[in-house]
Amino acid sequence: MAKEIIEVKNLKVHYPIRSGFWNRITDYVRAVDDISITINEGETYGLIGESGSGKSTTGKAIVGVEPVTSGSIMYKGVDITKSKSRHRLNYNKDVQMIFQDSLSSLNPRKRIEDIIAEPIRNFENLTTDQERDRVQELLDIVGMPSDSIYKYPHEFSGGQRQRIGVARAVATNPRLVVADEPTSALDLSVQAQVLNFMKHIQQQYNIAYLFISHDLGVVKHMSENLAIMHRGRLVEIGSREDIYQHPMHIYTKRLLSAIPQVDVEHRDEHKKHRQEVEQEFQNDQSKWYDKDGRVFPLKHVSDNHLVALPEKEIIEEETNDKEGA
Amino acid sequence: MWKTVLRRVLIMIPQLIILSILVFFLAKMMPGDPFTGQINPNTDPKQLEALKRAAGLYDPAPVQYARWVGNIFKGDLGTSYIQHVPVTSLIADRALNTFWLSLLTTIISYSISIPLGVIAGKHQDEWQDQAVQIFNYVTFAIPAFVFYILGIWLFCFLLGWFPISGSVSPNASGFWGTLGSQLYHIIFPAILSAVITTTGIVQYLRTGIVDNKVEDYVRTAHSKGVPENVVFNKHILRNSLLPIASSFGTVITGLLSGSMIIETVFSYPGMGKLFLDSIQQRDYTTLTALILIFGFLTLLGNLLSDIIMSIVDPRIRIK
Amino acid sequence: MEKQSDLLLDIQHLHTAYRLNGKFYDAADDINLTLKRNEILSIVGESGCGKSTIASSIIGLYDHKNTKVTGDILYNELNLVGLNESLFDKIRGNKIGMIFQDPLASLNPLMRVGDQVAETLYYHTDMDEKERHARVIELFNQVGMPKPEETYAMYPFELSGGLRQRVVIAMAVACKPEIIIADEPTTALDVTIQAQILDLLEDIQKQSQSGIILITHDLGVVAETADEVAVMYGGQIVEKADVKTIFEHPLHPYTRSLLNSMPQSEDEEEDLHVIQGTVPSLQNMPRKGDRFAARIPWIPASAHEENPVMHEVEPGHWVRCTCWKTFHFQDEVSGE
Repeated sequence: MAKEIIEVKNLKVHYPIRSGFWNRITDYVRAVDDISITINEGETYGLIGESGSGKSTTGKAIVGVEPVTSGSIMYKGVDITKSKSRHRLNYNKDVQMIFQDSLSSLNPRKRIEDIIAEPIRNFENLTTDQERDRVQELLDIVGMPSDSIYKYPHEFSGGQRQRIGVARAVATNPRLVVADEPTSALDLSVQAQVLNFMKHIQQQYNIAYLFISHDLGVVKHMSENLAIMHRGRLVEIGSREDIYQHPMHIYTKRLLSAIPQVDVEHRDEHKKHRQEVEQEFQNDQSKWYDKDGRVFPLKHVSDNHLVALPEKEIIEEETNDKEGA
Repeated sequence: MWKTVLRRVLIMIPQLIILSILVFFLAKMMPGDPFTGQINPNTDPKQLEALKRAAGLYDPAPVQYARWVGNIFKGDLGTSYIQHVPVTSLIADRALNTFWLSLLTTIISYSISIPLGVIAGKHQDEWQDQAVQIFNYVTFAIPAFVFYILGIWLFCFLLGWFPISGSVSPNASGFWGTLGSQLYHIIFPAILSAVITTTGIVQYLRTGIVDNKVEDYVRTAHSKGVPENVVFNKHILRNSLLPIASSFGTVITGLLSGSMIIETVFSYPGMGKLFLDSIQQRDYTTLTALILIFGFLTLLGNLLSDIIMSIVDPRIRIK
Repeated sequence: MEKQSDLLLDIQHLHTAYRLNGKFYDAADDINLTLKRNEILSIVGESGCGKSTIASSIIGLYDHKNTKVTGDILYNELNLVGLNESLFDKIRGNKIGMIFQDPLASLNPLMRVGDQVAETLYYHTDMDEKERHARVIELFNQVGMPKPEETYAMYPFELSGGLRQRVVIAMAVACKPEIIIADEPTTALDVTIQAQILDLLEDIQKQSQSGIILITHDLGVVAETADEVAVMYGGQIVEKADVKTIFEHPLHPYTRSLLNSMPQSEDEEEDLHVIQGTVPSLQNMPRKGDRFAARIPWIPASAHEENPVMHEVEPGHWVRCTCWKTFHFQDEVSGE
């Protein structure tokens, strides 16, 4: 049933650190360090991480705007980390991106019509009328009035601009949209609107999303499968239920326990639990990371659920726990 | 820190080599040679050929270049075609004159522009700011030579306060007498060229203050109960002076290369005037020597700017 | 002897208006609030609702040329509105500490962080340089700075976001202020750091018995930390109650809509609740009638008060307008 649309294998993005007298490369920043994920057609895949975890770099590498150090990104059976194969496959038409900052990612001197039509012009030959119809249709999909096409980005609110960003991203009928923190800058009620539109479009056009966010609540709402990223590596991959109900890695637990809960009745218990997890994280860190502080390689705990478990089986009880659940 | 400075100095070496090669071929392309002007029309062309050959003018370019560079290291920049004296001695006198004039100009320029910038930034959009802006537009828009000539006409001709040209009065005697006369000769050109070079600094400082005033950290300082004037001096002004401090390196370059216009208008024997004169008189040896020196000074100025910047701004302090 | 009153701050009929194109518009409109000792009062609302305006009005930091503040902000019988600047400088940083959203921007990039904390002490205590240094180290310890001595001499850019915010907090609490105003203190931080910073604020509040005004847009943060909550919309407080009431028995349509639009719902397949329309800009905000009425058009005009005021529906639970009585979501049957 689920057909994969993109398969990231052992992706690495390293930046050299130069130092010393001759400014030679002495080490690397391992922004993305050996990660593998598979995104299925029409699904929303969540990628969660804190700032500096490498989640945005991963997104950019998938879109093809970040040079890849090693590893492959397979699309239609072809590795697209080389620009030649991206070109041949029309990859840049099939994979689009939505950015966090809608104001700086839309050209302020262009009208909405031109902003949305730009990707269409790059890939399709439409007459002016056809093109205008298409832009109108796209604006309609994201719930923007038809007279928007004559306006400029600054004439819209943040939420409206983000919807324009969504319209632009889906203009070429992409198969995959990489959404990097698409609602982080928005107010709650506006965020709801943008997320709803994203879901509707997905259902209508069978688009897959790579939803990159630090907000575990939003990702929970949006995605069926997700990956947690820390220090450039994946600590845990699984279904929504795996991650939110049965987290296994200490980092995942820590992240989940830190989400503020809207449950005033139990807030003291929640706080206590959070501090216990934090304590455990501080105490047991050495067990969960190798001697260089790197996350261990992922291991299967079930078909779908992968956790960066230490070499030694020190968490057997928890595995049992999970099976019991 | 010292490592970085050393590295920067080492980087200057290839830059200097490229500069010297460019200047060398520029000099080769120019008409004339060391014998131009020394020979009279009766000189036997054959003899001249022999002289040229002996001087190495027919050697391959790399050999000539190596010799030229070797001479530079020995302090020999060639002999002026026109004045028939070593270029080094020609430049040495002028450099000192230029140095004093430029130093005074710089001091006056900063003492005018910093207060003006502070006033404009502090009273943004008020009448004080607008007055400074008008001053700025005028000094920016008026061509330097028009401004200088107007100044000479008003203060030297009509009022007779200052001498019109020269660097020292011929009848000045004694150490203090000479110094006094020198000062008397440079004070007015220094004021004039200082006034006209304030624009950049005033504008930098004003913008810096206006931008910094609304920064969050200024609000934080206020929220700590730091008095208004202290917030201004300690936080806003200090941070706004950053770009000005970093531009100081290039100012030092200017100190030594001089200003062609002011020196010419006042017939002040400095580097700028020397440069202009050697162009007019087609004194190519002097010209290439000056270009080499100016190029070197520019590189040095950039290095100084970087060093100053890394001292005043911890964010780019190099480990 | 200083009188230890429980009431720290009494805000009455506060109006803060900004000048736009020559006219003044109220960004905070008739605000009535009190802050008690040992209390965390949270002001919550979306961007432009006026919550930060209240903060800047209390601490007296606004553009005096283009801002008009009227009403009373009483601190120990001293009215902070229109207070002379040099007197205010004795209160700011000393009696009222302030924490801002962006810790990097709120620190001077060219000054050592220790000196920035010490600066507060310089103006409000008679400590000498050595004592100030010692006190800064003590504060750094208190806010959980891992290496206080080393950190003293560091510059803001050398610290992580969480540590920077700890510096800002150390600065705000250096003189043991009675009132701490935290304006979106964790918005720029990662969720794990946010939790630590909120815990730290609670600890400091308990130790110093101060009152904290926590301004945020994050309902989760409110639910986890606040004692009292004021919900703002369009420059007005629309609902005010203790935290439990706000989350368990919200009454005002705006509070209820906002809570509904949180992506926390159990059923992930369902659409999130969207509030119709957009927040009007400051100039276009209706000044008569219920400001939220336009966003719940299915509620008849007759349900709204002509001039909505706050009603105390239960002791301590205040709601603006009477429309809550008949309010229902669009997809609900009216009358529930």
